[in-house]
Amino acid sequence: MSEPEVARGGPDAVKTSSPGESFSRWQSDWGFLVALILIGSFYVIMLLAMLAADLTWTSPGHFFEALSSDEIQYSIRLSLMSCTLAAILSVWVAVPIGYLMSRFNFFGKGLIDAVLDIPIVLPPLVVGLSLLVLFHTTAGVWVEDLFKSVFGTGITYQIPSVVLAQFMVACAFAVRTMRATFDQISVRQEDVALTLGCSRFQAFWRVTLPEARNGLITALTLAWARSLGEFGPILVFSGATRMKTEVLPTTVYLEMTTGSLEAAVAVSILMVFFAVAVLFTIRHFGSDRALGRVI
Amino acid sequence: MISVKNLSLEVGEFALEDVSFEIPTRAYCVLMGRTGCGKTTILEAICGLRDVAAGSIELMSREVTALPPAERGIGFVPQDGALFSTMTVEENLGFSLAVRGRGKGAVSERVGRLAELLGMSGLLQRRIQGLSGGEKQRVALGRALAFEPGILCLDEPLSALDDETKEGLIGLLGKVREETGVTTLHITHSLQEARSLCDMLLVMEDGEVSELPVEGEG
Repeated sequence: MSEPEVARGGPDAVKTSSPGESFSRWQSDWGFLVALILIGSFYVIMLLAMLAADLTWTSPGHFFEALSSDEIQYSIRLSLMSCTLAAILSVWVAVPIGYLMSRFNFFGKGLIDAVLDIPIVLPPLVVGLSLLVLFHTTAGVWVEDLFKSVFGTGITYQIPSVVLAQFMVACAFAVRTMRATFDQISVRQEDVALTLGCSRFQAFWRVTLPEARNGLITALTLAWARSLGEFGPILVFSGATRMKTEVLPTTVYLEMTTGSLEAAVAVSILMVFFAVAVLFTIRHFGSDRALGRVI
Repeated sequence: MISVKNLSLEVGEFALEDVSFEIPTRAYCVLMGRTGCGKTTILEAICGLRDVAAGSIELMSREVTALPPAERGIGFVPQDGALFSTMTVEENLGFSLAVRGRGKGAVSERVGRLAELLGMSGLLQRRIQGLSGGEKQRVALGRALAFEPGILCLDEPLSALDDETKEGLIGLLGKVREETGVTTLHITHSLQEARSLCDMLLVMEDGEVSELPVEGEG
């Protein structure tokens, strides 16, 4: 480097941009921002347009008329009941699994972690088919017989199969949510609780679980929402029998296949309302951070 | 008395071997050493929060190496306080007594006395989220003392506080020491804290713990 070049390198020699360069940078920054907004708004507009199309397709009169039919009323009741049961079961299972995966290291943890993701990545129809095949094995038949003798109803192609199909998928999301929740809760508080006289269970029950309250709400709501939208596994494992194993997605499918698009749209709008309620619950009572690490 | 004999432990890649020291009953011992030298690991092992590979730990002449934390009778204050954020100050202070099944009256009386000692009688109904750093450490200290432990372990309890708050808490720790006579192991990087509080000074260097004379002893 020549002498004069070295002399230019001090703090006094900060080079100011020429007006042309400033304008060019300004143009580039704005171009970048506009590109981001255009790409982002395409997706957001598509989403809103889909919902708007649903809403404009039917009138309030048609909407309530469609929902008043016995089949759809039954489908709404079964959906609400089965989703609630599947969500409660999911959280009941997700809490211990999430806690174990978050707090303990053990042999095969990586493998179990991968197994827990299977329902998330597996095609829904395959989940249903696998359940159907499982309940045709010797062990599956034995479990179904036992279930029948206790509860008076079988599983496959009956209402319990709806709950089980919803649970198998929803639980994976609840597990992810609970694990993310427990990961965010400091182990320190449990450590202190142990020194203060708690057993491991007491530390979990009195300190960690109350801290996980928002994550629990998120897991429950998310599992409920996943259950509500479940269709593939239910179609294969429970069938699509009206007034028996018909849930809301089944209704949409059946109404579509019989050419009743208005009824299908009415039920779809109802599901949109449920989805909005779920979003509202998570945003206001749940844990966005736990949700962000799951979906 | 805290007696650590030939203690060895491993935490991931980190290992300590053959560490020994003894802190007499009612002593206020400060343990100093560079960051990452293993001070907190030793303190956690004494509290029962780390598995010990070899050696033994005795507290008040009782072998506790294999005992769970709940049975060691140690009040533990971690660096960040680790308060229970779903509870009020009063519930935090009374936690160890509630776990032991003490009646509401007994818990309330003990919490009241502690709050008076720590100068936070007006804070009992407050949530943890609204407390200042100094107030949080007072609650953590009170919570650790509530079940009247024989030993108190403090892991850099003042490190995140401003100078004025730190001064106040140093005064409070001295008062607690006078009134309870609890045997204390206090980890710190601050010579000021050590000089103000300790009557025994341990320094950890290259995996070895050695006792240094406290200033003024000659």
